[in-house]
Amino acid sequence: MDHRPQAWGRPRDDVYGAYDNSYLQSSGPKQATQSPIVTGTSVIALKFKDGVVMAADNLASYGSLARFTDVPRLRSFASTSVVGFGGDVSDMQYLNRHLTDLSIDEAYSSSTTTTSPQDSSSTTGTLNAANLHKYLQKLLYSRRNNFDPLWNQVLVAGLDSSERPFLASVDMRGTAFTSPSLATGFGAALAQPIMRRYAETEEQAARLTREEAVAVVKECMKVLFYRDARSLDRYSLAVVTKEGGVEISEDETLEKQSWAFAERIKGYGTQTV
Amino acid sequence: MFRNNYDNDSVTFSPQGRIFQVEYAAEAVKQGSVVVGIASKTHAVLVAIKRNAEELSSYQKKLFPIDEHVGIAIAGLTSDARVLSNFMKQQCLSHRLTYGRDMPVRTLIDLIGERAQTNTQNLGKRPYGVGLLVAGVDERGGPHLFEFQPSGMTEEMVAFAIGARSQMARTYLEKNVDKFEACGREELIAHGLKALKESLVQDRELTVENLSVGVVGVTGEGAKRVVEPFKVYDGQDVAAWIEAVADDKEGGDDGDAPAAGEAPAGETMEVDE
Repeated sequence: MDHRPQAWGRPRDDVYGAYDNSYLQSSGPKQATQSPIVTGTSVIALKFKDGVVMAADNLASYGSLARFTDVPRLRSFASTSVVGFGGDVSDMQYLNRHLTDLSIDEAYSSSTTTTSPQDSSSTTGTLNAANLHKYLQKLLYSRRNNFDPLWNQVLVAGLDSSERPFLASVDMRGTAFTSPSLATGFGAALAQPIMRRYAETEEQAARLTREEAVAVVKECMKVLFYRDARSLDRYSLAVVTKEGGVEISEDETLEKQSWAFAERIKGYGTQTV
Repeated sequence: MFRNNYDNDSVTFSPQGRIFQVEYAAEAVKQGSVVVGIASKTHAVLVAIKRNAEELSSYQKKLFPIDEHVGIAIAGLTSDARVLSNFMKQQCLSHRLTYGRDMPVRTLIDLIGERAQTNTQNLGKRPYGVGLLVAGVDERGGPHLFEFQPSGMTEEMVAFAIGARSQMARTYLEKNVDKFEACGREELIAHGLKALKESLVQDRELTVENLSVGVVGVTGEGAKRVVEPFKVYDGQDVAAWIEAVADDKEGGDDGDAPAAGEAPAGETMEVDE
């Protein structure tokens, strides 16, 4: 019995001949991630009057294979913010663990300094969404400077220090920006134009109600499912507001789909061109 | 003949369980001129007596701004304080860079506490010969005052004094400790000056040359939060405050009675109870 991990799960030598191990021993320089492996597709988010709504489907694809269909890609942070991950799923899991550690450290240090017990439950003194976004930006940028990037595009939603809705993006190179609506991956091409119809400017976003924003985002998820071949009809939806904190639902399903348009378009599978 | 064999380094215990190098360092703090710190609900103040080495020289600074929201008062070896002050400035700046917020004061204090303690546990190192009072504001309960000792001990205080003859000032502070929380900016400074006066040698008094005052404050929470950045006042800027407590001394009984002119009448009665 060969106990080396390199020998696990290989074809039997007596049937298939000696296994070619050569690719396992790289003699060249150390290699970091060259491409994402298991991936999540778009994350979309839209600001409204008193908060932000964010959505991402629950699919983790292995190339074009819909490999894992129950992988939520939105998480809350310290009951103040929502983080949505597009891109590599293993790097998302790394960031997820890292953010959990960070929030535990923050919770410990912010609770021990509270001299008056009445505000121990409040979230003041912990990292807000703007702080968290800045931190993630520095983290991703430093990783890319080490030529070992975390292959993600991340959206961060919540409230800033003056308690106004906050939404910002950071990508695998550490490029950061904000906008009233944001989308990663395919969503940047498909969902962003739809969201901009409702909230092109901060002023327009500040007039949207929660119901309107949620409806727009749900509509965008539907369009993404129609057009993005790496998407799924089950998705997570998060709403973050000052009053309600973070509400995440991880078992949303697309409603009222209509594929009628598909008949007129080449490339939707069932037709013979 | 009676040479102490157990004070050659900071890692050796004496048979009585003492570490002499650390105790000597604490003595160095007592050689420094006195500094007083007080925190209320809205402000934290540091006041200090500056000393000049000789008649012809200038006065050694005692208060140093660290960041927008933090300042320190030093008692002991100024050169060691410089090292700590530079370290604290660096840490505050790097925290601002990574998180985009003021560093929580407790977090900062823990860093210097840790650093000072390791100095007492390594052969070939020595403890810092300086004690600090650190005043700052953060989003974790407003203004804070911390004491730092060369042993690495740190503690949050309502009010405290370190340095030469500081026991007299502490006695004043203990007598008035219940009043501080409700004090406004000017009242708090007045209390600081009165505490400082207690520690003065017989024929010395507060002058615009030897007095230094540092103030940091915060009002409101969340969106309405306004910070008064840490600022050091010297020279003619402190003349009015000296005047205010000097009047007081003539007017009423020494020390714990607030100025008859400026303070509300109710407070004078409180003292009499």
